[in-house]
Amino acid sequence: MYLPTSQPWSPDDSLGQYLERRGVTRRDFLVFCGQMTAALGLAEMMTPKVAAALAAVKRPTVVWLSLQECTGCVESVLRTAEPTIGDLVLDVVSLDYQHNIMAAAGHQAEAALQSSMAKNKGEYLLVVTGSVPRNDGGIYTTIGGRTAETVLKEAARDAKAVIAIGACAHWGNIQAARPNPTGAVGVSDIVKDKPVVNIAGCPPIGDVVTATIVHFLTFGRIPELDYDGRPLFAYGARIHDQCPRRANFDAGQFVEEFDDEAARKGWCLYHVGCKGPATFSPCPIFQWNSHTSWPIGAGHPCLGCTERNFWDTMTPFYGRLPDVAGFGVERYADTIGAALAVGAAAGVAAHAVATGVHQMRQRRKALPVIEGSDDGHD
Amino acid sequence: MATTRIVVDPLTRIEGHLRIEAQAENGRITNAWATSTQFRGIEIIMKGRDPRDAWAFTQRICGVCTVVHAVASCRAVEDALDIRIPPNANLIRNLIHGMQFVQDHVIHFYHLHALDWVDVVSALSADPAATSKLAQSLSPWPNNSATYFAEVKNRLKTFVGTGQLGIFTNGYWGHPAYKLPPAANLMAVAHYLEALDWQRDVIRLHTIFGGKNPHPNFLVGGMASTINLEDTATINAERLTDIYAIIAKAQRFVEQVYWPDLLAVAGFYKEWAAIGGGTGNYLAVGEFPDGDVRDIDSLYLPRGIILNKDLSKIHPYDQQLVKEYINSSWYEYSKGDSEGLHPWEGETKAKYDGPPTPWTYLQDSKKYTWMKAPRYEGRPMEVGPLARALVAFGSGHEDMRVMVKEVLDRLEVGPAALFSTLGRVAARGAETVLLARRLSHWYDALVGRIKGGDVRTHNGDKWKPESWPAKAQGYGYLDAPRGALGHWVQIEDGKIARYQCVVPSTWNCSPRDGQGQPGPYEAALMDHHPLANPEQPLEILRTIHSFDPCMACGVHVLDATGKEVTAVKVQ
Repeated sequence: MYLPTSQPWSPDDSLGQYLERRGVTRRDFLVFCGQMTAALGLAEMMTPKVAAALAAVKRPTVVWLSLQECTGCVESVLRTAEPTIGDLVLDVVSLDYQHNIMAAAGHQAEAALQSSMAKNKGEYLLVVTGSVPRNDGGIYTTIGGRTAETVLKEAARDAKAVIAIGACAHWGNIQAARPNPTGAVGVSDIVKDKPVVNIAGCPPIGDVVTATIVHFLTFGRIPELDYDGRPLFAYGARIHDQCPRRANFDAGQFVEEFDDEAARKGWCLYHVGCKGPATFSPCPIFQWNSHTSWPIGAGHPCLGCTERNFWDTMTPFYGRLPDVAGFGVERYADTIGAALAVGAAAGVAAHAVATGVHQMRQRRKALPVIEGSDDGHD
Repeated sequence: MATTRIVVDPLTRIEGHLRIEAQAENGRITNAWATSTQFRGIEIIMKGRDPRDAWAFTQRICGVCTVVHAVASCRAVEDALDIRIPPNANLIRNLIHGMQFVQDHVIHFYHLHALDWVDVVSALSADPAATSKLAQSLSPWPNNSATYFAEVKNRLKTFVGTGQLGIFTNGYWGHPAYKLPPAANLMAVAHYLEALDWQRDVIRLHTIFGGKNPHPNFLVGGMASTINLEDTATINAERLTDIYAIIAKAQRFVEQVYWPDLLAVAGFYKEWAAIGGGTGNYLAVGEFPDGDVRDIDSLYLPRGIILNKDLSKIHPYDQQLVKEYINSSWYEYSKGDSEGLHPWEGETKAKYDGPPTPWTYLQDSKKYTWMKAPRYEGRPMEVGPLARALVAFGSGHEDMRVMVKEVLDRLEVGPAALFSTLGRVAARGAETVLLARRLSHWYDALVGRIKGGDVRTHNGDKWKPESWPAKAQGYGYLDAPRGALGHWVQIEDGKIARYQCVVPSTWNCSPRDGQGQPGPYEAALMDHHPLANPEQPLEILRTIHSFDPCMACGVHVLDATGKEVTAVKVQ
């Protein structure tokens, strides 16, 4: 998305005209729209609608704020997988302010920000990575001599929509883990007057960001969100319900120690701490880095990084789920079910979750295993 | 001529939040201050946690150096608990960390640093045929035809024509310090774009072994990814073939694009071989053990210290001699600000006493940053690619000697030229070439071991806390892309009692200490440093970027002993 748009999209062109000029065939474009339609969880018959909508949109301005963070989310977006056309769709936004790659520095950079916000008042998309430290007047992160909170409030005021990328912008992330020394909070704790999309994860998969922006361009609105502001197309399913190792779980085939014979057969990681049963994330579906693999696929338990407070609720990471401090899977599933109660589909999903947990408990009772001590490995 | 005060904040194209203040007179920088403007407090958060979780917490110090803290943390815990990881796990860690170097250095050159040397707008007046001729004279890289460069130029032209410059808005285009001819600028722009695709592809090696990037997964005692040639969910022949191809792709780009580009660009900026040297002291803790990590002699890049630019003597490194000072940092020590504390006894109590926001200047304040000042026997030390290259060169490392000689011959300069802004750029490229080649060595060794029947990737003998002593402490070193890193952990009753890191950017971005000695960034900016136009601080960016700052890494509470971060008074 950082390319100097090679054949840039002039403000007068529609995307359809632009692609044509760039030599992207109608067929390539439809294939891409089909992929995006699938990624967004829409029915295949929606593809022409996505294509028509995308072809008609005008080039939007994006302003990107980097607050209290590690820059991993920026790196993740940099790894966005769809070749050429994927870059293109992100590329066709006008990225007017982004610390990590912009040419200008210092007051020239700040001037670019001010000018972009003024010119695109009420129309620009605000992207935020990083949390906002609020303790002690917000002195723990400053940009251009101003606090992160000041900068965020100013940029959010005239934004059309706000996308909070990553766990830091979502809820504060590791900075907000016990005892949260800097008073870190997420974007939605500061920006209250407009919807904030939370692209959850530490970091999230870059392609989820792409798909969210495509959704925004296609339908002129942000996607449907779950109780925690996460797009349902990406965060609507539990890892455990999508996991290729689920069959091993159901069959009672578990890794008991790392690198044991079970691990070398790719069996279920639940006994060595996997948080997949409590985690809503697209990892098993989207996978990582051009669909190369994903954490469980590479033999490591899920850390639960798309869930709020996972540094406190999912640790010790190698502890078995029901024994993890402060965790009640069943209650959690119920809470989610209630928050999701927006229709029959959500009701079914919640039921499925609760049923899965119930079955899991039954199975655990049936299995001849010793309940985990707090060291998490038994 | 009067002194001009300069503030560059935010200093962009780095990781994190950095502010540089300077004073200039007659086109020269006379004084400089480096300020880290972000603080997160990660080590405080780690107290009382399971030490086997520490790698994941410390990994989140930085998403750019996404491997280095995780591995250093595993090493620290493994040192404390006397865990020896299987040779396969060491090879896999070397492959992951080696690829981190290669990918990170290339991104730094093209996407973070290049715009300081390459005038994008000038590329518009390039003759694609001349660019093609230049490219062909430098490298056999296939994307070198006039047609190809004409296409890149055409894209760029249309882009500039829209008037929406996006990330190129307000760049310093046309600044007199840009020296590349249009043909070279166009070639660099083309490779900037190619490197974007390349970095995304080669990092997949991390995903194969660690499940994702950024923030791949690690494991105390080895690695979680298992090897089984007869299964679909493990490292098997299909995965190994993919890794082989990824390594080949990484090597080809580094040898045929990055390194030739670097030498070509450097040729136009030879004066920068006499600018921006700085402290003259260099520290490398060494990296890439072929055997156990405790066997320092098995490191591919050697350990050592150079003092006062004297390459004839490599001094030994002893972690006990590291101390941190807070004379210029927004913290306080119980024994007073003038004490230096070794990380084992480190304490941190944040105490902001700077001006209220919005800031005008910090340079009038005694304390001016969230970065502490690590010193080795009281000396500021530069860490990073240049330090490693100099220590290797001075130690008689044959591979590095060949690379350094190539640079010096091409630029027709002597070894003294290495102590400079350009020296850092060249050293980074040289080690990238060596490590890209080294990936094959580790790959072959891994395949050889699998062939021999060894598939172990994890040692679980001391996995359970019951097997640990009541008290233990460990030190994990690692030489990261940006320089020497240390993690110190103390474990009591199965939990983290204290956790401390001293990080590359803490060394390099450190502020003045009690003796008034500036840190490496500051010293480099005060070393024969030009600044033609204070309104366009291009030269400052060149030198600061040559260190590849990583601010999130540099700043964190260095004490997990349970002392709360106390109330900070904002005036």
